[in-house]
Amino acid sequence: MSPEPIAIKGIRQGLLVTLGEGDWSAGLRALEARLGASPAFFRGGHVALDVGARDLSRAEIEDARVLLARHQVELWAVVSANPATEAAAQELGLVIDLAPPHPRRPEAAPEGGEEPPIEGAGPEPVEGAGPEPVEGLVVRRTLRSGQSLRHPGHVVVIGDVNPGAEVIAGGDIVVWGRVRGLVHAGALGDEGAVICALDLAPTQLRVAGLIARSPEEHRHKPVPEVAMVREGQIVAVPWHGGSLGRGG
Amino acid sequence: MAARVITISSGKGGVGKTTIVANLGVALAMRGQRVVVMDADVGLRNLDVMLGLENRIVYDLVDVIEGRCRLRQALVHDKRLSELFLLPAAQTRDKSAVQPADMVRVCESLREQHDFVLIDSAAGIEQGFRYAIAPADEILIVTNPEVAAVRDADRVIGLLEAEEKGPARLIINRIKPDMVRRGEMLDIADVVELLAIDLIGIVPEDSAILIATNRGEPLAFSSDSSSAGRAFHNIARRLLGEDVPFLTIRETGVLGRLFRFVRSEGD
Repeated sequence: MSPEPIAIKGIRQGLLVTLGEGDWSAGLRALEARLGASPAFFRGGHVALDVGARDLSRAEIEDARVLLARHQVELWAVVSANPATEAAAQELGLVIDLAPPHPRRPEAAPEGGEEPPIEGAGPEPVEGAGPEPVEGLVVRRTLRSGQSLRHPGHVVVIGDVNPGAEVIAGGDIVVWGRVRGLVHAGALGDEGAVICALDLAPTQLRVAGLIARSPEEHRHKPVPEVAMVREGQIVAVPWHGGSLGRGG
Repeated sequence: MAARVITISSGKGGVGKTTIVANLGVALAMRGQRVVVMDADVGLRNLDVMLGLENRIVYDLVDVIEGRCRLRQALVHDKRLSELFLLPAAQTRDKSAVQPADMVRVCESLREQHDFVLIDSAAGIEQGFRYAIAPADEILIVTNPEVAAVRDADRVIGLLEAEEKGPARLIINRIKPDMVRRGEMLDIADVVELLAIDLIGIVPEDSAILIATNRGEPLAFSSDSSSAGRAFHNIARRLLGEDVPFLTIRETGVLGRLFRFVRSEGD
């Protein structure tokens, strides 16, 4: 059976996962396959589920919550065009309205449905080529300890990424500032993703499935660097201008 | 005349919030300000002990909230200063006894009669922190020059930004001058650079603080006897809008860098 397409996009409060039309149990199976294909991207995330016009009972929504919880993902909202489904979700204590508390802040993630979503990759593992890159997300503030930014496309942070903060992106990560927290590029499996920063001194650096720590040595004058995967290892090189080829 | 409500918060416990609230309260009151220091750490009160007022408590914050007494009855007057009052926390209750709206209401009634309300927040980022920041016009973040304390301060600043609370300013407590000189302690510039908020005070480690605390007589009462006492008075003066230079407790070089930073943040 071919799974239903699943669309994923980054929103201000985490990820919005949209299940395509069709049978609920097939939808859940497709969701499970998607979670299993890129566990690092989803783990620890907050997900809002858009279930379309489906008429779902509390038990059916609970199934989705349990499935997500098994992959260490928290379901916090269910979006539906169906009032019965909305009522069931509310009874479970879930949010049904994604309107952000502070609308129209410049750094807010795109709200409308215009952003091209990542199409579901199906049950086969995502590797090498990876999904088509999607639109970038620009965040113009410093990410502080405890804050997490997750986006399926590229991410640009104009500000610092402090210790204890994390940025997890399906694509590249560019930080116009200092990186001292955790950054994970290519989290959907793209080993060709890169991380650029004016001062790259992260707690941990991840590209696709690879993990690296910063060298211990303390640099007095940081230079802009680019981190990428070369021969199965993450390396950081000073940036001297010019363009970057796709390494993967 | 409406009081400024200032919440003192830190994230991490044990960085010296309560000491700072007690001493700032004294320093402001010595400058003729009408001050209420409020202990919002319900269940773990100790601001009263530091001020030496423990044995004079009759009613507390929760009594006020639950209507068992009038606000004025719960205020403990510090006889050493005509304008300093303590609103103690309840020791036998927990944080669920207080809601953010309660704090806003209590502070609204305090505003009319006073110039400053200083709220000593609980450590952590849970209920006790949430209700302590609810009524605040300004926030003072207290940290120590150590990695864990700075990390937690950063977390708290992030939460304040998300709630659009503030402005938040920074107090770095327990600086050990000789360790900074030897490069064994996080330096002030590093902390300010990471947290990226305005610095309002640097308080050196001082054994006189411990002695004063145990006696229930905040160091700020004798302002010139110790460097920490002077630091508290300097913070009070900065709160009142004076431009007071920071105590020099660091190597040359860092100073210039620090000041440039603070200045560019303040513009």
